Amino acid sequence: MKVNTQSNLEKVLKAGHLGVTSECGPPRGSDPEEVKEKGSLIKDHVDAVNVTDNQTAMTRMSSLAACVHLKLMGIEPVLQMVTRDRNRVALQSDILGAASFDIPNMLCLSGDHQSFGDCAQGQNVHDLDSMQLVQTVRHMRDEGKFLGGDDIKRPPKIFVGAAANPFADPFEIRVPRLAKKIACGAEFIQTQCIYNLDKFEEWMKQVCDRGLHEKTFIMAGMTPMKSVGMAKYMKNRVPGMDVPNEVIDRLAGVDKKDQAQEGIDICVEAIQRLKEIEGVSGFHIMAIEWEEKVPEIVERSGLYPRPEV
Amino acid sequence: MIIAKKKPMEEIIEEVKDFDKILVFGCNECVTVCEAGGKKEVEVLASALRMYFMTHGGEKEIFEKTVERQCDHEYLEEIRKDIDNYDAIISLACGVGVQFTAEKYLTTHLIPGVNTVCLGANEDRGLWTERCQACGSCVLAKTGGICPVSRCAKRVLNGPCGGSTNGKCEISKDVDCAWQLIVDRLKALDKLDDYEKVAPVKDWSTDRAGGPRTVTREDVNI
Repeated sequence: MKVNTQSNLEKVLKAGHLGVTSECGPPRGSDPEEVKEKGSLIKDHVDAVNVTDNQTAMTRMSSLAACVHLKLMGIEPVLQMVTRDRNRVALQSDILGAASFDIPNMLCLSGDHQSFGDCAQGQNVHDLDSMQLVQTVRHMRDEGKFLGGDDIKRPPKIFVGAAANPFADPFEIRVPRLAKKIACGAEFIQTQCIYNLDKFEEWMKQVCDRGLHEKTFIMAGMTPMKSVGMAKYMKNRVPGMDVPNEVIDRLAGVDKKDQAQEGIDICVEAIQRLKEIEGVSGFHIMAIEWEEKVPEIVERSGLYPRPEV
Repeated sequence: MIIAKKKPMEEIIEEVKDFDKILVFGCNECVTVCEAGGKKEVEVLASALRMYFMTHGGEKEIFEKTVERQCDHEYLEEIRKDIDNYDAIISLACGVGVQFTAEKYLTTHLIPGVNTVCLGANEDRGLWTERCQACGSCVLAKTGGICPVSRCAKRVLNGPCGGSTNGKCEISKDVDCAWQLIVDRLKALDKLDDYEKVAPVKDWSTDRAGGPRTVTREDVNI
């Protein structure tokens, strides 16, 4: 399979290995040590590290700057970019900025609405949507041109991804929506956190029936639960999240001090089951403010050591 | 129509407290229909101001007038003969009417009495909801007649975003997800396959991004 960029993630996936990514949220301040520390906790256990872009619309250190810190440490970043805060001028400009540091991966998102964050009275931009951002990056890379039509000197060589939620509404378009993202040029997909394995497998079967798994690499999103409280919060408060009662009952069934470990166990078991599913190309492990647990999850899931490609 | 909402009384009082002769000026079009700035609202506001200033020691004269349209030169002429009697006008028209009146009567203070909210419709008794943002380049033919520009909180043209849950938008359980409505309508039209057609990057130069917009029609310019 032809490799288009210097991305290690792209090489791992195209060599047929299960890919592993994790995520690192930039700090609400300018201290780079926080990013570097998170990065160093997970760097040996993943192929690339996503850096979130003002997630939940809370103002943070910029994703691009945090990516540069990781890149300088020898860690491969996945630059997350939302369409909420920047118009097409700024998006294209940041894509070039990322490429100037040879940041080789991007994940294109629309971003949580600003009303969730600390600037609820701010404007949002949404000049492009997430699918159009995927198209834009591919256009810049493959055609070597700006959206305005001019040539780009040294076009960005970026492996382009998008998000998918196998549990999202409306039900009828869960798979067509993925097809649309692939048609726009998404080369890899990172999914919403998966707890309802049966429902995920159902979605994946429909994805495979349409042959979509052969056109993109689907990385299953995994987030270990720290407590039964977190599980209930995710079930009831986070839009688009499907947390079955079995998960909550299992966490509630152990002592409070053992719930975190139980959460890790649930996550590892889920990965082991999903590894065998057709169409799953890897795992995106989002251990929110719990990065130190990523190595244990990766090792116990049989995904360590990471392949050299 | 244009939907407006009455400004808080305190805000209006703060703006007019230094004037002695005040016209409360209504409009018989959209703001009458949405019950924010028609003849009835002019009467209510004028009475409330009279009572306020009576009890707060202000010697004010409050006048009332409602014209057919404040966004029309012809009807605005109706107040010219009396304009020197007023120190200030509280216009209960939309932002268009307020500005048209201000442009016509350069030396009279103009104060808006309503907040102009959106282009919308009367969905239910006491409920007005947005339907259009005048983006200047209508996409309704491609979206089952439901507008993603005005009804999606993120203006997503290839939606929905990941926040759509049980038909509702991530910003509020009281707001319908525009893309749920679009998908439902495409299904009703037996055109769900159209969902997979990608909407290209939009030309927003016809939206507010392009600066103040005008329509010039030579065929009606006689």
